[in-house]
Amino acid sequence: MTRPRVRIAVICALAALAVAIPFMFGPYRVGQFTLVLVYAVVALGLNLLVGYNGQISLGHGAFFALGAYSAALLIEKADVPHLLAVPAAGAVCFAAGYLFGIPALRLRGLYLALVTLGLAIAFPQLIKRFDGLTEGTQGLTVIQPVAPSWLGLADDQFLYLLVLAFAALMFLGAWNLVRGQLGRAVTAVRDAEIPAATLGVDLGATKTRVFAVSAAYAGVAGALYVFAIGFVAPEAFTLTLSFGFLAAIVVGGLATISGAIFGALFIEFVPVYASDVNDALTGVIYGGVLIAFMWFLPEGAAGLFQRVRGLMDRHRDRRAWASEEKDLTPEGGAA
Amino acid sequence: MDGIATGSIYAAVALALVLIFRSTGIVNFAQGEMAMFSTFVAWALYEAGVPLGLAVLSTLVLSFVAGMAIERALIRHFEGGEPLTLVIVTLGMFILLNGLAGWIWGFENRGFPSLFSDDAVTVGGVRLSVESLGIVAVLLAVVGLLFLLFQRTKIGLAMRAAALNPESSALLGVRVGTMLMLGWGLAAALGALAGVLVAPRLFLDVNLMGSVLIYAFAAAALGGFDSALGAVVGGWVIGVSENLAGTYVDFIGADLKILVPLGIIFVVLLVRPAGLFGTREVARA
Repeated sequence: MTRPRVRIAVICALAALAVAIPFMFGPYRVGQFTLVLVYAVVALGLNLLVGYNGQISLGHGAFFALGAYSAALLIEKADVPHLLAVPAAGAVCFAAGYLFGIPALRLRGLYLALVTLGLAIAFPQLIKRFDGLTEGTQGLTVIQPVAPSWLGLADDQFLYLLVLAFAALMFLGAWNLVRGQLGRAVTAVRDAEIPAATLGVDLGATKTRVFAVSAAYAGVAGALYVFAIGFVAPEAFTLTLSFGFLAAIVVGGLATISGAIFGALFIEFVPVYASDVNDALTGVIYGGVLIAFMWFLPEGAAGLFQRVRGLMDRHRDRRAWASEEKDLTPEGGAA
Repeated sequence: MDGIATGSIYAAVALALVLIFRSTGIVNFAQGEMAMFSTFVAWALYEAGVPLGLAVLSTLVLSFVAGMAIERALIRHFEGGEPLTLVIVTLGMFILLNGLAGWIWGFENRGFPSLFSDDAVTVGGVRLSVESLGIVAVLLAVVGLLFLLFQRTKIGLAMRAAALNPESSALLGVRVGTMLMLGWGLAAALGALAGVLVAPRLFLDVNLMGSVLIYAFAAAALGGFDSALGAVVGGWVIGVSENLAGTYVDFIGADLKILVPLGIIFVVLLVRPAGLFGTREVARA
């Protein structure tokens, strides 16, 4: 089989697996996998910003929270249907990301990290301060979407599939975006700002747009989180969450689309098992993994697969080559 | 005066940030957690029966050595790399140290004894606590010592040279690596000092330095990330304005005090990115 066909086959197999999950596990596991999808959407958006555009945000927990609260308030206080609340939350975060991005993106690397770190720390305080609207520390209970009876699905299965549908849309969107004109401009800005500007890429506009899109992803994920949990409270959006998102994209692989899934699996399941041993273990693992990946495997889990595949291809090329021209050393394949 | 004392603690952490930034060009996100860890070490020594003064002193020495070790073993590998990589690595250290401290010492609050008596003295009709005065005095002493070190000793000169131009300094016989290790060691010790000073005012727990770090970042941004004088002035300005805003602006109150340093960071970075005392960065295309 040729490379594109293999890829299509793999994607189809993964899609089939993703659809099959709710019918293979009990409600508790299905709930966990629903959250994996939610986190994958955030990781995807964050990776557009960090991986593809080379900007650092430690504040995506705040946009995630903004999306969650927007959806919760729309559903509970304005009786907006669930399905509409998702794009609405995304739009709110897009606008917020854009407004935040205009001044913030004049700041380079480290300073942006600083400002967004502050955003992540301050946002839960803001939620508590406006307790007239957000019910403060008590949190808001939100009605979860219910499976229509003609489908014959349990609620948790329906919820999972609903979130899966949204996540699939977001993945398609990211994939398209990365390959399109904006995507090329985005990576050009990351790799070489000045040549990109010379070639007519508007640096500021590109960065602001990516930031806004990335925030919108976090917002959509926030809304889906509300579907999955049915409750929002400021305590859910800790600094650990923001760091977790960053850990997810580092583990999954910077500047990869598929990495979001590995990363999301990592941040959903590691804390669950780690807290059995010790409450502090999650932090130790996150921190250790961040450092270890930057040291040994900066391209992340998705990169590891690519590397293995590259090795296999090279091996195959070498054998083919060696059988044709026995007297030539197969150096060319090593490049 | 209370604001100045708190500000002095922010200034100490900001100075540590500046030390590392100047020598290695890294903004060390783990600075606060390194200080928190050191403070726990001091607390553990004190609990084990070591006199407070000696416990603090040995903690400073230990932190100095640990800071040098971190630079050599971990940071050296990434030096000169992408800012993104360095941010992720120091953040990794942040999370790792926080987790380790939680694992070893647990998550509950602990009281930490003050180095100073809790008396107050009256100077010109104003009551000042000995603790606040002591903190300010310690900071001033530290700044003086650092100034002497950097301006009047050979090691200080070598450290400045190594930071300014590593290649040329190496050619002239400066041990650049050792100088960078010294920078990290000094920063770690300075952070430990800040931790020991701040712990009696708050409670000692794993999140001791979380907010202090943000204030210190604000101080360093305000003063300019490469200016030691700026860090001190910045620390004081932040400490006083935080106090005043929290007390006199109703909307802000105690909950939203954290927004003050954020607002300051934001405004400074937009209006004058180099900070008040920093040097403007000039890039060559």
